[in-house]
Amino acid sequence: MLGKLTWAAIPFYQPLPLYAMGVVGIVILAALGVVTVKGGWPYLWREWLTSVDHKRIGVMYLILALIMLLRGFSDAIMMRSQQAIAIGGAQGYLPPDHYDQIFSSHGTIMIFFVAMPFVIGLMNFVVPLQLGVRDVAFPVLNSVSFWLTASGALLINVSLVVGSFARTGWMGYPPLSELAYSPDVGVDYYLWLLQISGIGTLFAGINMVTTILKLRAPGMTYMRMPIFCWSALTSSILIVVAFPILTATFAMLLLDRYVGMHFFTNDAGGNMMMYVNLFWAWGHPEVYILILPAFGVFSEVIATFSGKPLFSYRSMVLALLAICVLSFTVWLHHFFTMGASADVNAFFGIMSMIIGVPTGVKVFNWLFTLFGGRVVFRTPVLFSIGFMVTFVLGGMTGVLLAVPPVDFVLHNSVFLVAHFHNVIIGGVIFGALAGYNYWFPKAFGFTLDEKWGKASFWCWLVGFYLAFTPLYALGLMGMTRRLQHIADPNWRPLLLVAEAGAVIVFLGILCQLMQFYVSFRTRESRRDLTGDPWNGRTLEWSTSSPPPAYNFAVLPRVETIDAFWQMKRRGLARAEPVYEAIEVPRNSPIGIVIAFFAVMSGFALIWQIWWMAIIGLLAIAVTVMVFGWSENREREIPANEMARMERARLSFGRPA
Amino acid sequence: MHDGRCAIAGAQHGPASNAHGGRGRLGGARWLVVGAAMSVASCQQTGVLEPEGPVASAERLLLINATAIMLVVVVPVIVATLAFAWWYRSSNARARRSEEVAYEGRIDFVVWSIPALVVILLGGVCWIGAHQLDPRAPILAGTKPLDVDVASLDWKWLFIYPAQGVAAVNQLVVPVGTPVRFRLTSATVMNSFFVPQLGSQIYTMPGMTTHLNLLADKPGEYPGLSANFSGDGFADMRFTVHAVSAGDFAGWVAQVRGSGSALDIPGYAALAKSSQAVPPTTYRSVDPQLFERIVDQTALSPGKARAGGASSPPVRRAGG
Repeated sequence: MLGKLTWAAIPFYQPLPLYAMGVVGIVILAALGVVTVKGGWPYLWREWLTSVDHKRIGVMYLILALIMLLRGFSDAIMMRSQQAIAIGGAQGYLPPDHYDQIFSSHGTIMIFFVAMPFVIGLMNFVVPLQLGVRDVAFPVLNSVSFWLTASGALLINVSLVVGSFARTGWMGYPPLSELAYSPDVGVDYYLWLLQISGIGTLFAGINMVTTILKLRAPGMTYMRMPIFCWSALTSSILIVVAFPILTATFAMLLLDRYVGMHFFTNDAGGNMMMYVNLFWAWGHPEVYILILPAFGVFSEVIATFSGKPLFSYRSMVLALLAICVLSFTVWLHHFFTMGASADVNAFFGIMSMIIGVPTGVKVFNWLFTLFGGRVVFRTPVLFSIGFMVTFVLGGMTGVLLAVPPVDFVLHNSVFLVAHFHNVIIGGVIFGALAGYNYWFPKAFGFTLDEKWGKASFWCWLVGFYLAFTPLYALGLMGMTRRLQHIADPNWRPLLLVAEAGAVIVFLGILCQLMQFYVSFRTRESRRDLTGDPWNGRTLEWSTSSPPPAYNFAVLPRVETIDAFWQMKRRGLARAEPVYEAIEVPRNSPIGIVIAFFAVMSGFALIWQIWWMAIIGLLAIAVTVMVFGWSENREREIPANEMARMERARLSFGRPA
Repeated sequence: MHDGRCAIAGAQHGPASNAHGGRGRLGGARWLVVGAAMSVASCQQTGVLEPEGPVASAERLLLINATAIMLVVVVPVIVATLAFAWWYRSSNARARRSEEVAYEGRIDFVVWSIPALVVILLGGVCWIGAHQLDPRAPILAGTKPLDVDVASLDWKWLFIYPAQGVAAVNQLVVPVGTPVRFRLTSATVMNSFFVPQLGSQIYTMPGMTTHLNLLADKPGEYPGLSANFSGDGFADMRFTVHAVSAGDFAGWVAQVRGSGSALDIPGYAALAKSSQAVPPTTYRSVDPQLFERIVDQTALSPGKARAGGASSPPVRRAGG
């Protein structure tokens, strides 16, 4: 009846996750209670849960990323603490069985449920506004994408209390992830939840590519697009091309595990290196899926706060496109040590270095954007400059690892761990936080507190260097990654420094939360009434903060790059237009309904509760069909109502 | 034999602990006493920056050279970033601003040229290095190479000396100055064979054979490990390389031949059971087909082989 699910699935013998989940459960119940008491459900349902507005969905992506950041970070600090304690003969407080789950879930969460929702959320929120359009190409599909990602995030948290998570590392290499070596449900959780969220990500990518290619304000040619839109386009193309590889690879591993096939098994002709190749054929583009939008954020932030156009826009676009293509030609550098021939290793080593050329060009162009500018040191700028310094170092260690013989001694060491945290924290996370500080007033209509924002920046920066510089050193000293306990007592001082770094990063996260709290409390005094708090250059700053659901009452006409900047110079920004009727999509519960059944089917497939899986999948099919046959999905706002709403909004927001 | 090595590591890995010691059994008190006596600084490090063989030395040199080449660009970029940002701060009245400049062809040319030149230079380093330090490339030395077959098990290392007909677990004894030719595979899941002070690591993969050539220059004890996560016992998948003189090596082989048990198929089946923190052991003889059978995944008797055992896959060589 319930497949493999029994009471034994609840880890009563491991109090730690139970306590953690107990606390999380109480917080969730309390939150739900407050919403119920205040009668907030209709509002939540109408304005958020069923919203197909790209801005709302973008914000929900960011909320998801922030919540999962807390979860992923608690894994991180548990690992650092374990490695700071379990030295010499000591075993620490986490047995291997538990420690292995923690580093696996840390990687999975941070990549798929923190970094991805961060960048997809930013793209979702910003791209239509920058393009000067009213929504993405497929607003309902957008909602489905988000809710599928949230389904995956929910399932990974379920694995804390019901059963266990994978103990294979976040890459899930076979044969360790095959049934013979991982017979429990951990790997099934990993595979199914990433399949579900992966479909959501693919939809998001398709949506974004279509939006950018097909929906742009009149006059916005490709070479007039803001650079962030270019970065979103290249990143989304990578999503569309790369994610199906991951889905297919996981499907093969699932077939191995569920029906006894032999794609990656040790016997009957299976070959685990096939998985490793396919995984990184997705995995390396994935790195650029994450970093390219961050590059876009830094480009916008540096140009805006230098009061200058981005230096050499064409080179920046060319560099993005070059990275987009080259990112598919370097995957083998993740396993130089598999024993490929020198020619193969050298080829992939050189390709990996070549991808450093467009990246280097971008760094120089940011440098020359600063040059001769009028730099205002707001929080997003601090993150951008912190990024430039940190990322250059991370890039250097990356190119170092691209030299095959150097990789032979540093592969899988904590030097490698330090390298990719250097580029992911220093690049993606700094980019996400810069973007969060930069676009927050656009989303909510008030600016974030600078004092707490700067405090969070310094904590992140100092914490990062304290946490990961020791890992560079330890990697050179021969420390490999994923050690549950450490033999060499000489490494203790450096591991303690790394632990201190993690604590300081935690202070940075607390400052972030504090920044939101303080800003929210003082929001009346920090209202952005102009819609343009930073003297921005691109179209998102031409509408009010927050923008109306339809973004632009009349679509802007674009004649140059940095369209809004030019409009301001020519004094065109304020004229009252002639309003016309517009169509806006109605809310749709399809996303959250599909997510409900996706979680149900995913859970059932993990525990092999076949009847439940069939019901869940059928329900998804029925939901999609009901939506497909529905009519009346849009509603029209007549011209006179548009005029009335706009005048009310503008007289409140912006003195004419 | 300790050769100036940190006393802690020596006590832990020394031959004295072969018989009964085991890492987990070392008393905490002994750790405290030894640990208190030794300061961190007096301990010799055992990482990739302390090479004890030609491969590791060449790799360290490559590491340093590549870093130096990149620092030539990286340091000025970092300095310029901080300097530009600071000098052009909005409150600096002395800064001359050029707020309209969006493009300058000469700068653009330089901007593409600098990383391109660095990559051309490093690409050459990469190509030459990858060929010179190819793990398959034999090491030229006056002496005849020693063959060692390596298999990773859950969770220990098996070293087979085919010419000598002996085997050892979690302990690798090699003669100094003699190239060692490794063939490597895995009996279960993937691992990576790595001795930081001797250089290049290489994966051990089930059903496949990889090749590696290393050489130890000086007598000493060098820690070895698995550098690819392989499950619960991974952290203890460590072994010690004892690099000894040719005479000592011959003596060790003779001693091993005269003691311990034989590693036949039943013996291997017992060894193959999952175990953690396995103390070093030796075997006086070894089934001559054992390594091939591990590669074929048929070592645990053909009858017991899992599904598809009857048509076991041919041995594949990894890579080209």
